[in-house]
Amino acid sequence: MSTPQPEHGTLTVKRGLAEMLKGGVIMDVVSAEQAKIAEEAGACAVMALERVPADIRAHGGVARMADPAKVEEIINAVSIPVMAKSRIGHFVEARVLESLGVDYIDESEVLSPVDDHHIDKHRFTVPFVCGAKDLGEALRRIGEGAAMIRTKGEPGTGNVIEAVKHMRKMNSQIASLTTLGPDEVMNAARDLRAPFDLVKEVAASGKLPVVNFAAGGIATPSDAALMMQLGCDGVFVGSGIFKSGDPAVRAAAIVEATTFYQDAEKIAKVSKNLGEAMVGINIDTLPESEMMQLRGS
Amino acid sequence: MRVGVLALQGDFREHVAILDSIGVEGIEVRTPEELQSVEALVIPGGESTTIGRLASLYGLIDPLREAAADGMPMLGTCAGMIFLASGTVEHEQPQLGVLDAVVRRNAFGRQVDSFEAMLDVEGFDEPMHAVFIRAPWIAKVGGGVDVLASVEDDSGVHPVLVRQDRILATSFHPELTGDTRLHRMLVGLVESH
Repeated sequence: MSTPQPEHGTLTVKRGLAEMLKGGVIMDVVSAEQAKIAEEAGACAVMALERVPADIRAHGGVARMADPAKVEEIINAVSIPVMAKSRIGHFVEARVLESLGVDYIDESEVLSPVDDHHIDKHRFTVPFVCGAKDLGEALRRIGEGAAMIRTKGEPGTGNVIEAVKHMRKMNSQIASLTTLGPDEVMNAARDLRAPFDLVKEVAASGKLPVVNFAAGGIATPSDAALMMQLGCDGVFVGSGIFKSGDPAVRAAAIVEATTFYQDAEKIAKVSKNLGEAMVGINIDTLPESEMMQLRGS
Repeated sequence: MRVGVLALQGDFREHVAILDSIGVEGIEVRTPEELQSVEALVIPGGESTTIGRLASLYGLIDPLREAAADGMPMLGTCAGMIFLASGTVEHEQPQLGVLDAVVRRNAFGRQVDSFEAMLDVEGFDEPMHAVFIRAPWIAKVGGGVDVLASVEDDSGVHPVLVRQDRILATSFHPELTGDTRLHRMLVGLVESH
């Protein structure tokens, strides 16, 4: 019997929690009640927020970390992991969330960035997830210490097109790295604007060194299964659940479609009579100044 | 040999990869039909509430209990251990009850309390590199359960690796470190059947 020197906050432990979330759905919630609905529907984690992205978009102004009381209320309501968002570059918000016992921090473009630099995530015990539109952005974030990556689909739109684009680009960039000879990897790192060692690792393994989830615009079971078939490890659903007509039923349906993502009959079955999906926004009607995915890169 | 890995949610691919690395065929299991086709089963890490809910929704609870009663060897890691057990300290959730043990979920605390350490295991010459992630421990064991490894803290000694006949359960994640010894033990249980 033994309890020899436990090591906390290692890369293995940080990346490991993301491994446990795979094949699951992480749901945005703004209250203890919503958190319980999400847990009962089979969410593998929840994201504690004051407003879902669609409301942040509608509300305008500066979007900040949620009220710690709100985060605590949600932590106390469920047994599954609780994530919360800090602003890009706001390492004090991140420290506050860490002190509350949040299980993962999303350094998120949904909130208003405070810096051109992202947080030095290696200095934290709590792990971070960050958004990425392409491989270079993903490897920059991993270089800063992100233990999990997600697509940076346009938040609060209910429109999955941008997440699809990001995942396709990631896949094709990873595939093309694997065809390079050792003498070509440095130029690839230059073109990707990414750390050489990480580029070399991806060229050899053919995959990201951390888990990659889909996020941004997922509103239906089919959207979730689409992202899984494109190679995502799991799915974040932001406004898509609690901005829909019947959140509990839609949440459960998206969980089932994420597990059985290759089974069209099961996806059809769970998609029946879900009620109103959230009202979506067509991306080409959004001015660039309102595109959250362009924040931080 | 075909060894199933329950693939409803969690890190099932890592278990399949370990099984493949020791020369047995790892098969993803999501339905009662797929369960019929395997000789042993791994229940992976993940969220135990998610796995339990999907298992009951898709009619897997009774077939899994019957398979265990028929002597199918099973290995549960973390969420898998919770799912195999007969109860939790906290509240009710779908569980198989084929391991006579009550578990405490998130026993070490939240993610900032997750850790890795070298762990002595009864019967192993070398310690295991054990990764504990929001891990449970066993709060109460039944008579037929052998404790193979424990950790100690101020509140006492807590089993984190147990065996009850053909059922193995760990609080930690051998699939994250590539240690194949527990998977080999599972395969050995099939061969000795």
